[in-house]
Amino acid sequence: MSSFLTSSFMSNIFGGLAQGVIYSLVALSLVIIWQSTHVLNFAQGAMAMFATYVGMTQIDRGLSYWWCVILSVVVGMAFGGITERVLIRPLYGKPEINPIVVMVGFLGVIEAVTTAIWTSTSRNIAAPFSQIYFKAGGKLVLLSPFIIFQIILAVVIMMLVAALFRFTRLGLQLRASALAPEVARLLGVRVNRMLTIGWMLSAGVGSIAAVILASGSFGLFPTNMDGVFVAGFIAAAVGGLDSPVGAIAGGLIIGLTEQFVLAYWSPSVAPLGGMIVLVAVLMIRPHGIFTRSVSRRV
Amino acid sequence: MIRVSDLSVNYGAIRALRNVSFEATPGKITAVLGANGAGKTTLLRAISGLVTPQTGTILLGEQSLARVATENIARMGVAHVPEGRGVIEELTVEENLRLGALASKVNISEGIEAQYAQFPVLGDRRRKYCGTLSGGERQMLAMARALIARPKVLLLDEPSLGLAPQVTAELMKTILSACESENLTVILVEQNAKSALRISHDAVVLHLGAVVASGSAAEVAADEDLRRYYLGLVEE
Repeated sequence: MSSFLTSSFMSNIFGGLAQGVIYSLVALSLVIIWQSTHVLNFAQGAMAMFATYVGMTQIDRGLSYWWCVILSVVVGMAFGGITERVLIRPLYGKPEINPIVVMVGFLGVIEAVTTAIWTSTSRNIAAPFSQIYFKAGGKLVLLSPFIIFQIILAVVIMMLVAALFRFTRLGLQLRASALAPEVARLLGVRVNRMLTIGWMLSAGVGSIAAVILASGSFGLFPTNMDGVFVAGFIAAAVGGLDSPVGAIAGGLIIGLTEQFVLAYWSPSVAPLGGMIVLVAVLMIRPHGIFTRSVSRRV
Repeated sequence: MIRVSDLSVNYGAIRALRNVSFEATPGKITAVLGANGAGKTTLLRAISGLVTPQTGTILLGEQSLARVATENIARMGVAHVPEGRGVIEELTVEENLRLGALASKVNISEGIEAQYAQFPVLGDRRRKYCGTLSGGERQMLAMARALIARPKVLLLDEPSLGLAPQVTAELMKTILSACESENLTVILVEQNAKSALRISHDAVVLHLGAVVASGSAAEVAADEDLRRYYLGLVEE
C-alpha cells in the first residue's frame, strides 16, 4: 500500500488534485456569474486577488489567519456585489461584448491599483498548516497537511454552494432568475437582487481560491491569479459554462492533465496540456462535457 | 378588481394598444378576445408591468400600477400565467410550485399539498423535471403555481393553446371553479373564443389594438357581426 502511495503516479494524482480544486473553484465562480447574467467575468481572478490582499494583509496588524480568510471572503463578496451594481447593471440588454470589454479593462485597473498600494513584490502568507510533504517508508508522498487542507476546504465550499442552490429558498430563486428571469419576476422573485447576490456568491468562491493560492508556495502578488484564471476559464469551458458540476469536473481534469504533462514531459509545456484537452473537448462537444446538448427554446 | 383606462402601448412605431378601457370584476371571468396581433398579450404584459404604457392608467382596486415593478405587482396579488405557460423546464414540479409560493405569505408546504389535492397528477409527478411533462400537465402546473399564492387577480394568456379539446374543456372548468371559489378577478386572453365565451361572464373584443366591443359574454356571443368579423365563429 505504502509503495503505491509513494509511486510517482499517485504523487501526480495528489499534485493534480491540489491544483485542480483551485481551478474548480475559479471555474465554479465563473459559471455562477455566467448562468445568472451571461457575463464572462474576465476580472474574476483579479477581484479575488484584490480581496485577498485586503483580507490577508491584516495578518500584519495581528489578526489571526482564520479571521483574515473570513475577511477576504467578505471583502470579495462586497466587491462582487458592488461591481455588479455599478459596472454591470447599466450594461444589461446591451450587446454582450460590452460587459466583457468592461471587465477586461477592470482587470487592468485592479492589478494597477493593487501594485500601487502593496507593490508587486510577492508576499508569503503563512497558513497554519505545514507545507512539508509526508514520508512513507522513507519515500516522499507529494501530499502535505496544507494540501490536505486545501483540498478539504475546496470540497467543503463546493458542497456548500451546491447545497445552497439545491436546497434553499435563496438557491431556488437564484436558479429561477438565471433560467427564466421574466417568469421569475411574474412570480414575485426580485430578480435584480438575485443577480447581485449571484455576483457576491461568485466573488466569494473566487476569493477562497485566491486565499488558497496565496497561502501556498505560490505566494500573493498582483498578477498571481492570471494563470489560474486562464486555467479556470478553460476548465469552465471544458465542463460547460452552464454546469456547476461541469466546472468542478473540468477543474480537476485540467489540474490532473497539467500535472501529468509536467511530470512526464516538461513543466514549461504544462499549460499546453489544458489547451489540448480544451480543443479536443470542444471539437466533440462544443458546449462542454456537462452541458445538456438540447438547446434551450427562446 | 382591475380597471384599465385609456391605455396605449407602442412598440417603436407600432401601436399595439390604442386607448383601451375596460373593467374586470372579482368573482367573474373577463374574456379578452381577438385575432393574432390584436394586442391581447400586450394588454396582460402592461398590467403586469412587463411593458410600459405610453398613456393611460391601470388600477388594482384603488392602487395605481404605474411604475410598479413586475415583481411587486406579483406580490400585490396579480398572478400572470404567460403565453407558453412559463413552466421552468429545468426545475421539478415541486420546485416550480415552491417558487410560486415564495413571494406570498402562504405556508409553502400546506399550499403545495392543497394544489396536489386539487391536481392529483402533479402530486404523482412532484419530483419530475417539468421538461418531461405533457402540454396538459404543464398547463395544470402553471395554474397551480399561479393559484398557490392565493392571488386576487389571475391573468391567463392563451391557456388552451396546443391542448386537445377535451383537455381544454377540463381546463376551462378548473378556471371557472377557481374564479368562483376564490372570488378571483380573472382576465382570460384567448384566440379560442368559443371555449372562452362558454365560461366567461364578460368579454372584451380587441382588433388591431383597439376595443371594438365589450359587454356581457352572452351579448358578445350573440352578436352576429362580432362572431363573423372579429371572432371567426361563423362557419361559411
